[in-house]
Amino acid sequence: MEEFMLIFRHEDGNKVASPEQIQVWMKQTMDWIGGIAAQNKFVEGNGLPFADSRVVHHNNVVTNGPFGEIKETIGGYIIVKAASIEEAVEFAKGSPVLQGDGNTVEVRKVERH
Amino acid sequence: MEQPGLIPHLFRTEFRKIIAVLCKAFGIAHMEVAEDIAAETFLSAMEIWPYKGVPENPTAWLYLVAKNKAKNYFQRNKLFAEKIAVQLRNRTSGIEVPEIDLSEENITDSQLQMIFAICHPCISEEAQIGLALRILCGFGITEIANAFLTNKEIINKRLFRAKEKLREEKVEITFPPETEIPKRLDSVLTTLYLLFNEGYYSESQDAVLREDLCLEAMRLTYLLIGNAATNTPEVKALLALMCFHASRFEARRNENGEIILYQDQDESLWNETLIARGAWFLHEASGGEKKLSRYHLEATIAYWNTQKQDTPEKWESILQLYNRLLQISYSPVAALNRTYALSKANGKEAAIAEAEKLQLTDNHYYFVLLGELYTGINSTLAVAHLQKALLLAKTETDKRTIRQKLDLLTY
Repeated sequence: MEEFMLIFRHEDGNKVASPEQIQVWMKQTMDWIGGIAAQNKFVEGNGLPFADSRVVHHNNVVTNGPFGEIKETIGGYIIVKAASIEEAVEFAKGSPVLQGDGNTVEVRKVERH
Repeated sequence: MEQPGLIPHLFRTEFRKIIAVLCKAFGIAHMEVAEDIAAETFLSAMEIWPYKGVPENPTAWLYLVAKNKAKNYFQRNKLFAEKIAVQLRNRTSGIEVPEIDLSEENITDSQLQMIFAICHPCISEEAQIGLALRILCGFGITEIANAFLTNKEIINKRLFRAKEKLREEKVEITFPPETEIPKRLDSVLTTLYLLFNEGYYSESQDAVLREDLCLEAMRLTYLLIGNAATNTPEVKALLALMCFHASRFEARRNENGEIILYQDQDESLWNETLIARGAWFLHEASGGEKKLSRYHLEATIAYWNTQKQDTPEKWESILQLYNRLLQISYSPVAALNRTYALSKANGKEAAIAEAEKLQLTDNHYYFVLLGELYTGINSTLAVAHLQKALLLAKTETDKRTIRQKLDLLTY
């Protein structure tokens, strides 16, 4: 069994959702992750809040956020166990992140040493 | 005999008390001697009681015999005199025979210290649980093998190696130093949790409920709460969980000892006092800055289960609690319960899709769940799943429950 990181990329991290939308989206996400965990395929995961984030550039120039400069922002990730990249991709397909037009889930194998 | 259940009952409750006190008195290196003396004590009872009748105070009789046997052991056994008594003399400044103190106080102290000794990180968690079942719960080797779903030889080997290791590491039967407590407490709680479950679900034997075992697990957990160093939120959450489960003791069985499923239980039989106590401990367990433990999540689920009314809030809460529980502590049972909660919160169609992914095909509860989910949607599939469940079910109770479900579908 390999481990794969599912990285959630949002096209526009600044887009404001209504509290109701956030509520629905949170439930969908929790149910989605719960479904992976119920198959004993969940390893770990974290949300990466946009608030109070920094980007460190060449020559140690520090700017706020990744907003404005980069089209896509990373909203979070989970690591899953899967027998193959195909299985990991099947998990990714269920992610509520993909309901947003332009959003993507990047699937990357994790090397454990 | 007048009371056929007396000896097994006494064996459960007294064997572990006697053995803990003897182990404490002899030291961890001589656990086998303690085991032998405890076992011989019960053998004597079985030899003598059928002829002379059960003594008026059987427990006092057992303690007296155990004390005498220990004393005889000290006096007669040459090997013992040479090897252990020398050490004991050094430790206890010249007293030849250690005091075998079977007072309630020393029993509880010895048991607590013993559980920390057994749950020492130098042996695997699996071995800790095995030893705890043997020494702290008085389980037979066959029962432990059943609990681990393996055979006697493997358990014997495992326990032997674990005792060997404890001896090599010269583990002391004392309370661990404060800095070690959090780490050591983790495995203690796992052991107590499994001990409770062994009594509550009792798959290995056909006895539906081993209340004694549950109460003993609760007693040991409560002992941890009584001690300032071990009175942590996790311990309180675990006791809350046990209280909520135990509140259904009365309602879980009918007059023939058969199990009554949750949805068919008469909730007027639920023990309100235990529910209130559970709620109190759960409240006490929350509010810390530490992350919620699996016991917090499970206790909160158990709390919701004390609310019999089906409300959307109840099932949505239970679903989310299972979602989180599975992330920190996967188990097939939690996966199945989560899927049931999903059917209540998000509907059967959604739950069927998720259930099909679980593929717990060696677990009869998996097919019971699928049968339940397909009921009202596809009767043919519902019956087919229940028939698979029937083939896999081990206990008479489970088979009976599945047959009843099948009868309802095919009458």
